Amino acid sequence: MNAPIIWIGLPILVAILIRFIPRRDVIAGIGSGVAFLLGMGTLLLPFDTALALGSFSIKISSTFEVLGRRFSLTSADTLILAIVYFSASFWFAASHTSGAARRLVSIGLLIIALLVASFAVEPFLYAALLIEIAVLLSMPLISPPGQSPSRGAIRFLIFQTLAMPLILFAGWLIAGVEANPGELTQVGESAILLGLGLMLLLAIFPFFSWIPMLAEDTNPFVAGFLFWIFPTLALFFGLRFLDNYAWIRESAELTGILQGAGSLMVVTGGLWAAFQRHAGRTFAYAIIVENGLSLLALSLGNPLNLDYFILLLIPRAIGIGLWAYSLATLKEVKASLRFREIKGLGRTQPITALGILFASLSMLGFPLLPKFPIILTLWSSIGEQSPGTALWLALGIAGLATGIIRNLAVLALSNPGIQWKSNETLPQRIFIGLGVLLLFTMGAIPQWVQLFLARLPGIFEHLGR
Amino acid sequence: MNIFNWVAVAIIMISSTSLLVSRDWRWRLSMLAVLHFGIFSLVIRYWPLGMSAIKLITGWMGCVILGMTRLTTGVKLPDEELWSQGRIFRLLAAGLILAATAAIAPAISSRLSIITLPVAWGGILAIGMGLIHLGMTSQHSRVIVSLLTILAGFELLYAAVEASILVAAMLAIVDVGLALVGAYLLSLSAAAGDDRT
Repeated sequence: MNAPIIWIGLPILVAILIRFIPRRDVIAGIGSGVAFLLGMGTLLLPFDTALALGSFSIKISSTFEVLGRRFSLTSADTLILAIVYFSASFWFAASHTSGAARRLVSIGLLIIALLVASFAVEPFLYAALLIEIAVLLSMPLISPPGQSPSRGAIRFLIFQTLAMPLILFAGWLIAGVEANPGELTQVGESAILLGLGLMLLLAIFPFFSWIPMLAEDTNPFVAGFLFWIFPTLALFFGLRFLDNYAWIRESAELTGILQGAGSLMVVTGGLWAAFQRHAGRTFAYAIIVENGLSLLALSLGNPLNLDYFILLLIPRAIGIGLWAYSLATLKEVKASLRFREIKGLGRTQPITALGILFASLSMLGFPLLPKFPIILTLWSSIGEQSPGTALWLALGIAGLATGIIRNLAVLALSNPGIQWKSNETLPQRIFIGLGVLLLFTMGAIPQWVQLFLARLPGIFEHLGR
Repeated sequence: MNIFNWVAVAIIMISSTSLLVSRDWRWRLSMLAVLHFGIFSLVIRYWPLGMSAIKLITGWMGCVILGMTRLTTGVKLPDEELWSQGRIFRLLAAGLILAATAAIAPAISSRLSIITLPVAWGGILAIGMGLIHLGMTSQHSRVIVSLLTILAGFELLYAAVEASILVAAMLAIVDVGLALVGAYLLSLSAAAGDDRT
């Protein structure tokens, strides 16, 4: 037995086999079940240690060699694997009622397997290639048969494809810098290439235009899945650069760059969210703010402190999932999510409106919801370091809050002749209810963070220690 | 040997400029195939024949995939004048890229000695032409062709510094995958009657 075969090979196999199943509910069930089992496996199965099962004994080795290179998943990676596969399990289970099960489960499993492979490949630079292959695979997901490819889909393809060569070449230059730190010109060149590559990959300002475009044109649940998985694993890819190269990690400018990029995303995302007239686009700008917050979380502490960044991951996954699912439910009722189309829809879809309310409040860091203590600490820490950045952060959050309030006001608007009545199906009520319950539980019991913080130091060799 | 390298650079220059100015998709895909031949001729300096051939074959496979899709979808875009203002503008833009390459390539070659001057010329030229092509179009087929041009230029430069079989295999997957995505997008837009095909 081999860890990369289990957590990379097995999902690929299931993704291929699942294509032959005609029933949507079975596809969603199998996909969700497999993702859940893989998530449980990361918590229960020991790596590189013999496990006795009666008279049998199995050992899951952590490495797998392909064409002279290694894929390695160690026990230190289990936290990330568990987060990814448990979250995927939720996405796949809910996909049944969001109208995207067939495409999302099979392609989603492939994408997750490739992104896990990008986390496991050594040298880690090759992850850029695996991320690009995942991007190519996601194209049928965002451009389904029967509709012309959207501008957002094309822009997503262009930006992500351009990121790959920049990162690969920067990686080669950085290795040269590591061997010869005195080469200051090469340091600058590699930093520019890497910065540009990561900006494209992580959709950092000004390369985030594809996010609102995609949210407008694609099934919100599918778009939400991509908005969750790509930036999350791309951020981990970026962190591996910091972990592997001391000169980047210890650079005096790093904190400033991360804070600058993060606050720019929070401000631009927040302000633009305030002026949107489309529920999908408001959601997209909230994602941009969320990504900006992750960058700001990384900028705290010297050496880099990963606590806030890791703690944002779970509420982020639940928040994006719940918001995307609620929007997909709305889109089943109205073809467009423009404000004039969804006016007063909260009266016929109150549970869906509730889902949007709690997901958006969670993203804002509202009290009693899981991100509240994290955002509060993040804010005060940034305020201590740079009061100006904290003010910009406040401006961005205020903009996003305005956008969310407008969105909710449109849903709650009075529409003559429409009475308050819940028209959601039972599975829709269950999934939205579960999402809200999860957010509340995590907000009410903040001790859950200890579970993650205890495992944190193992993820990276140099970061978070 | 050196003269052959410069012949390969000339092939890359002519084919990438033709990609930019040509109006006919058949001509464009033929030029993309020629471009890949030029790239192969330079990669062979660094990689064994078998591995270099991967670049040529996957490049040509991409052209075939795009060409077959175009034939089967039967999309016809309005013809444009042979020497329209747009074409002259594109030629001027290609001239700018040529000038920029003349400035950048020697610097790269002298700074990174492993990348020879013809390879730097070929790589930067293909990347530059691909980027300018990408910036000038909203047609899906041209977007894919320009991305393939950029990747071809990058792969030439990267071949000089990285000879891993796994990387070669994954880059081949990316090239063919991009062509397949292009074919998929073309068929979608053709079915929807989108004039950005």
